[in-house]
Amino acid sequence: MKEMIRVEKLNKSFGDLHVLKDVDLEVYENEVVCLIGASGSGKSTLLRCLNFLEIKNDGKVVFDGDQIELKTHNINEVRQQVGMVFQHFNLFPHKTVLENVTEAPMIVRKIDRAQAVKEGKELLDKVGLGDKYDVYPNKLSGGQKQRVAIARALAMKPKIMLFDEPTSALDPELVGEVLETMKQLAKEGMTMIVVTHEMGFAREVADRTVYMHDGQIVETGDSKELFENPKEKRTQEFLSKVL
Amino acid sequence: MIVANVFDLNTFFSELIRTYPFFFEAAWVTIRITVAAVVIGTVIGVFVALLKLANPVTRVVADIYITVIRGTPLIVQIFILFYGLTGVVQLSAFWAASFALAVHNSAYIAEIFRGAIQSIDKGQMEAGRSLGMTKGMTMKRIIMPQALRRAVPPLGNQFIIALKDSSLAAFVGIAELFRLTQGIAAATFNTLETYIIAAVYYLALVMILTWIVNMVERRLSVSDR
Repeated sequence: MKEMIRVEKLNKSFGDLHVLKDVDLEVYENEVVCLIGASGSGKSTLLRCLNFLEIKNDGKVVFDGDQIELKTHNINEVRQQVGMVFQHFNLFPHKTVLENVTEAPMIVRKIDRAQAVKEGKELLDKVGLGDKYDVYPNKLSGGQKQRVAIARALAMKPKIMLFDEPTSALDPELVGEVLETMKQLAKEGMTMIVVTHEMGFAREVADRTVYMHDGQIVETGDSKELFENPKEKRTQEFLSKVL
Repeated sequence: MIVANVFDLNTFFSELIRTYPFFFEAAWVTIRITVAAVVIGTVIGVFVALLKLANPVTRVVADIYITVIRGTPLIVQIFILFYGLTGVVQLSAFWAASFALAVHNSAYIAEIFRGAIQSIDKGQMEAGRSLGMTKGMTMKRIIMPQALRRAVPPLGNQFIIALKDSSLAAFVGIAELFRLTQGIAAATFNTLETYIIAAVYYLALVMILTWIVNMVERRLSVSDR
């Protein structure tokens, strides 16, 4: 299996707060990995360090065989290959749904409008929003917004997708449609790292699940194995609380 | 001679009709000063706002600029440009007044834009950056269009202030509304009526400007519909 992303001895502090402590993680091509853990355990920070929205203090981030450093790499080029979906969607409110999806391909990948529109419409059709091209985001439900955000990230044809609690801001009845979209994406072979509180999704869809606590990875394992037979005591305690 | 300074409706209307060609001409001068000031002031204002947000060094420069400009009276700034800079550069009265008004307003406009830009959710910049857009691209394509929309109401307010402040250009001899009014009042002794006529013209101009600002605001808010 080809390694897609690897972090080694990653450390990140915010002031005096040491958020990530010597984190090691590798994710392989086509793999779906879920990061679980309590709030403040560092899982979102870890995810954000992967596309340099947070800048690590030390350690390595190796993407597609290439060790990424701000000094040696154009971070914008790296980010084009790393899609990101945010908890609060962060859609561009002044642009229509279709414009949200076509913006980056046109501006960054510099493909022409017709091509961007064609690809954008295909992606929106795929996430089930084929009837919403010309609608502005504020007319959409949370679940629809998040599916637009997924389409927007996919429009850059990333090699990996990062999801930062993609369903945490949604009303309960809207969670399913977003998870369904993500599941479909996983089936198509997209490499995904998902920070989530949806244990059902992690168990069912993720190849591996990583449990984080207090800035460290406590346990990593095959998802079913980790949920059914957690080896570490802290994992057992956490799972007994959330399941 | 005793001048009875009591408002006379007949005088008001007869003067209104008699003087309108002069007032229209002067109003046009007022409009030109204001438009020049507002356009130049907005360009400088956006630039200063971006300086203020760029990095700590440029922020100090922007802060000094804003403090000095906002801390001195417009009339003093006009006089400095018109009388004070004669050894350095000769400005026509029109451009001295317009430029002073532009610079004066730019300090306030800079603060309006800074506030508007900072009010845009941090997630917008992150979303743009996560798609591989540079900071500049994201600023231009994502942040500024939204900030501009939020800036329109306070900008409109500032433009109205600029329009009224253009009356200070009278003191460097520009034949705009206020200067004309002074001349007519002095010549006819219809002081009260003449100044009320001036007020009517200013009010009309402000109402037109308000209407334009409202229209722009509506045009920009398509995504709220």
